[in-house]
Amino acid sequence: MLLRSLVAVTAALISTSALAEGTAPDAVAFGEDGQVMASLTNVAGDPAAGKKYFTNRKLGNCLACHVNDDASEQSFHGEVGPELNGAGSRWDEAQLRGLVVNSKKTFEDSIMPSFYRAKNGARTMEKFAGKTILSAQQVEDVVAYLITLKEE
Amino acid sequence: MKKFTKTLTCVIAASAFATVAVADEDAKLIINDELKIETNVAASADSPLDELFSGWVFRSNETQLMQMDDFDNPSFIFVEQAEEQFAKVDGTEGKACATCHEDVASFKGLRTVLPRHNASTGKLDTMATLINDCRTDRMGAEPWKFSKGKMTSMKALISLQSRGMPMNVAVDGGAAEAFEKGKELYYTRVGQLDMSCANCHEDNYGNMIRADHLSQGQTNGFPTYRLKNAKLNSIQGRFKGCMKNIRATPYKEGSDEFTALELYVASRGNGLIVESPSVRN
Repeated sequence: MLLRSLVAVTAALISTSALAEGTAPDAVAFGEDGQVMASLTNVAGDPAAGKKYFTNRKLGNCLACHVNDDASEQSFHGEVGPELNGAGSRWDEAQLRGLVVNSKKTFEDSIMPSFYRAKNGARTMEKFAGKTILSAQQVEDVVAYLITLKEE
Repeated sequence: MKKFTKTLTCVIAASAFATVAVADEDAKLIINDELKIETNVAASADSPLDELFSGWVFRSNETQLMQMDDFDNPSFIFVEQAEEQFAKVDGTEGKACATCHEDVASFKGLRTVLPRHNASTGKLDTMATLINDCRTDRMGAEPWKFSKGKMTSMKALISLQSRGMPMNVAVDGGAAEAFEKGKELYYTRVGQLDMSCANCHEDNYGNMIRADHLSQGQTNGFPTYRLKNAKLNSIQGRFKGCMKNIRATPYKEGSDEFTALELYVASRGNGLIVESPSVRN
């Protein structure tokens, strides 16, 4: 029973991701200040899923570098990047999307990884070669989550 | 100390989340109650760093304490094994290390100048290549694999003879080419996460990256016993781990690339005091 429902869930996930494959990484259009106006998938982002990717060490792992009070249930918050408390008030959706997709279009030489870029750094491990860190929908979910981080 | 102080203030401000113990800024490294080791020294004029910090200062109080007494430092289990190995005959020539090097203390100072350009081979000697040259050419024994237990333990024993002495690798003359190559590697962004050594260890030392406190990536404590893997770790073994973390294919240990990088990174720490074998997380 459990197995069957797992299969059903998995099948549903696969079909969702097929539908939501999204704009190819090298086809993403950036504005002058590094913002990305258009949704990568045209499927509304899910903030709850976005929060999971934000904290997951194998996915976004945004928390590795950024303090975020909204994730205070997690023990360790990094200090490499700016704090993200109130990020959703300081940045609009297009700017946040641009930062997650490829922060270097906004901040040249930023240490921040580009989460949705076709070209990876030199010597990228074979299993990650040509792959983006997050999928198009995962980017949308993270952006939807970041928007919820309003100034108090 | 300015940057570090700022960071500490930052950590205190964020202490609601940072449950990790932060190193006490005023903590002093004194080993066995007698050997004082300066962990914060001035950088040379041409250094990209304002001042030099041993990785020890970024560790928790508990980890720091383990290095302050050789009985508490787990590295010394491996150092003892190396002492036995040092006296043991191995290979076709019927020799032990001790046959030629009667007292291991004769290696005092060697750790501070490695890697070092070798004019006759035109390459850099590292402690690993020197040990293996002895084994193959003089002892008629099999070379040891880089970063395997026997090699890293022997390096710890030999490095220990220089504990308390300042690092002093040469980067001019024959070493200049490797220095430049190492420098280029240090600043090259690699891997899916697209980062260079400098992104973390020059621009962000003192900052937390999730649960880890970023250090300057200095080599003065190697081989180092890591609590994470409960064994001695070599410099190039650590390079490998860093590259994997950023999802890059590491160079091979003993490769020209890693050896050049080892020289360059060591040169960034010239003046820092050898702590080998150290304890880190």
